[in-house]
Amino acid sequence: MQKVKTRLSIGDRTLKLLVLVTAILVLTLMIFIAWQMIVASKPSFAKFGWSFVTGKTWDSVNGNFGALPFIYGTLVTSLLALILAVPTGLGLAIFLNEMAPSSIKTTVSFLAELLAAIPSVVYGLWGIFVLAPWLQNTAEPWLSRMFGFLPLFQGPPLGVGMLAGGLILAVMILPIITAISRDVMGAVPNTQREAALALGTTRWEMIKTAVIPYAKSGIIGGIMLGLGRALGETMAITMVIGNRAQISASLFAPANSLASVIASEFTEATSLHLSALVEVGLILFSISLIVNILARLLVWSVARNVTGGHAA
Amino acid sequence: MLAKLVKRNKILIGALALLAVITIIAVSGCSGTGTKTESKTENATTAGKSVSLNGAGSTFDQPLFTKMFDEYSKDNPNVQVNYQGVGSGAGIKQLSDETVDFGATDAPMKSEQKAAAKGGEVLHIPITLGAVAISYNIPNVPKEIKIAPDVLVDIYLGKIKSWNDPRIAADNPGVKFPDLAINTAHRSDGSGTTAIVTDYFSNVSSEWAKSIGKGTTVNWPGGVGGKGNPGVAAAIQQTPGTIGYVELAYAAQNNITYAQLKNKEGKWVSPSLEGASEAAAKSDIPDDMQVSVVNAPGEKTYPISAFSWVILYKDQKDKDKGEALVKLVKWMVHDGQNYSEGLDYAKLPQNMVDRIDKMLDTIKY
Repeated sequence: MQKVKTRLSIGDRTLKLLVLVTAILVLTLMIFIAWQMIVASKPSFAKFGWSFVTGKTWDSVNGNFGALPFIYGTLVTSLLALILAVPTGLGLAIFLNEMAPSSIKTTVSFLAELLAAIPSVVYGLWGIFVLAPWLQNTAEPWLSRMFGFLPLFQGPPLGVGMLAGGLILAVMILPIITAISRDVMGAVPNTQREAALALGTTRWEMIKTAVIPYAKSGIIGGIMLGLGRALGETMAITMVIGNRAQISASLFAPANSLASVIASEFTEATSLHLSALVEVGLILFSISLIVNILARLLVWSVARNVTGGHAA
Repeated sequence: MLAKLVKRNKILIGALALLAVITIIAVSGCSGTGTKTESKTENATTAGKSVSLNGAGSTFDQPLFTKMFDEYSKDNPNVQVNYQGVGSGAGIKQLSDETVDFGATDAPMKSEQKAAAKGGEVLHIPITLGAVAISYNIPNVPKEIKIAPDVLVDIYLGKIKSWNDPRIAADNPGVKFPDLAINTAHRSDGSGTTAIVTDYFSNVSSEWAKSIGKGTTVNWPGGVGGKGNPGVAAAIQQTPGTIGYVELAYAAQNNITYAQLKNKEGKWVSPSLEGASEAAAKSDIPDDMQVSVVNAPGEKTYPISAFSWVILYKDQKDKDKGEALVKLVKWMVHDGQNYSEGLDYAKLPQNMVDRIDKMLDTIKY
C-alpha cells in the first residue's frame, strides 16, 4: 500500500515538474521575443521616439519612418473582417446547431472547417485572380453608385485595397468563429432549451434567451481568436491590400498592414530600415497583446453576469 | 511480479537487439559509401578535397545560379554549391557575418555595409545582366507604344494623369489613345527590380532624384504595390489604364506587352538581352566594377539594364574553399555565361571578361 503511495507521489512530482517546465518555457520564449524586438528596434526608437507611431511617412530612401498608415490599415481591415464574419459565423453556428438536419449539419460544418485548412497563400492568389477583378468590375462600381455619397465608397475601383483585404480576412476567420461558436452552443444543456420551449417561446426566442446568453463567453472568445488571426495575417493580405503607406477614408484605396510591410520589406532592409521594421513588429505584438487582454476581461465579465443570471 | 519483470525484460531485450541490428546496418552502410567516395575521388582527375560552398542573396540570380551550379557539379563532382535566394540585402548581411562563402546582389554594397563586413575587403564580380520592361494595359492600343524618359517619370510622379495626354501622343503618331486615367503599379516587396527602375528614374530626372530617390523600396508618390513580378503583372492586366514594371525575363516568358523606351542616343528600343549586354559593353566600367549602367550610351542599348554581382572576400581564410570559389566564379564568367540566354539573362560583354579574370586573380588564399 505504502509502496504504491510513494510511486504515485513520484509520478505526481515528475508531472508537476514537467508541466512547470513547459509553462516556464512559453513564458521565457515570450520574454525573449519581446526583449529581442526591443533591442533590435532601439536605433529606430532612438531616432523617432513616439512620433514613429504617429508619423505618416514611410520613406526608406531618406530614412524617415512612421507606422501610422500600417496601424490604420491593420485595424480597418480587421474591423471590416469582423463586421462581415461575426454575423455570418454566428448565423451559421446557430443554423448548424439548432436547425439543420443532421445530414446537412455534418457536410456543412465539415466544409466550413475545411476553410481553415486552406493555406493563406492560396487565399491570396484567389484574392488576386478572382476576388479583386470581381470587386473592380462588379462590386465596387455598384457600391459607389449606391453609396457613393459616403467617403467609404469613393475613388476609382482598383480591385485591390482595404475592401479586398477585409473580405479575404473575413473568409479566413469565418471557420474559427463558426467552429468555436458551434462547440460552445453545443455544450448548452438541452434542459435549458426544453425549459425555454416549455414556457411557450418560439425557436428564435429560445435561442435568444436560453442558448446565446449561456454560450456568450465562448462566442466572444471565438471572435477574439478570429480577430487575433486577422491582425497577424500576412501572406493573403499583402497580396490584395495594394501595399501603399497611406491613410485613406475610402475602402477602395490601397493601404498596407503591419504584418504585410514586414514581410514585404524585411529581406532587402538594412540598418535603420531594418530597425524600423522590427519596431513595426513590436507594435503588432503590442496590439495583439492588448486585444488578448481585452478579450480576457470581456470573457470574464460576461461569464460573471451569466452565472448571476442563473442564480436569479 | 516475477512474470511481469520477465515480460518487461523481454521487451527490453527485444529493443536492444533491434537497436544492435540497426546500428550494424547503419555502420556497414556508412563504411560502404565511404569507400565508394574515396575511390571516386582517387579516380577523379580534378585534384582537391571535396568542398562545399555556400552562397546566399539575390532572388533574381537564383534560376540562373541553379542551372549553373547544376552544370558545374557535373564536371566537378567534388564541389558542392548551395545557393539560397533570400534577397540581396539578406545576402549582403550573411556575407558580412561570414555565414556564407559568397553573396549575390543586384545593387553594390553601400559604404556602411562595406564597413560592417567582418572579413575585410569585398570584391564585386559582375555575373550577369538584367533588364526591366515597362508594361501597360490600354484597350485598343497597339503593342510597343513609345514612352520617353521624362514622360515615364512624370507618369510615375502623377503629373501625367490620363493616357490621352498630348505628351504621350507626341511620340506615338497615328496611335489614338483613350481618355483613360493612368494607374501606376510597382513592387511592394523590397526588390532589385525596383532599385534598377528608381536608379533609371533618378538618372533621367533630377526632380525624381531629389524628391523620391533610388532604393529597393521607395516612397512611391502613388499607385498600387503588387507582390513580386506576378503581383505587378496581375495589377497591370486587371486594371485597364495601368502601367508597371516587370523583369524582362518574366515579361518574355509570360508574353507581356511592353513599351519601347528612348535611350541616351535618342533611339527607340524594345527591351532585349542584347540591349542589356550592350549597356555594359558601351559603359565606362571602373576597376571595382561597382557601377550602374542605366541610361548607358550606345545605339542599341536598352536604358533600364543593370548588373548583378557575386560578392566575396578578397582574403579567403580557408585555402581549399577559396581556391574552389575562385575557380567556380571564373567558370561562371566564362563557360557559365552560355546558360544565360536560354534562361532570359543577358551575357556579360566579352571586353569585361578579361578584366574580371584579373580581378579574381587578386584574391588571396
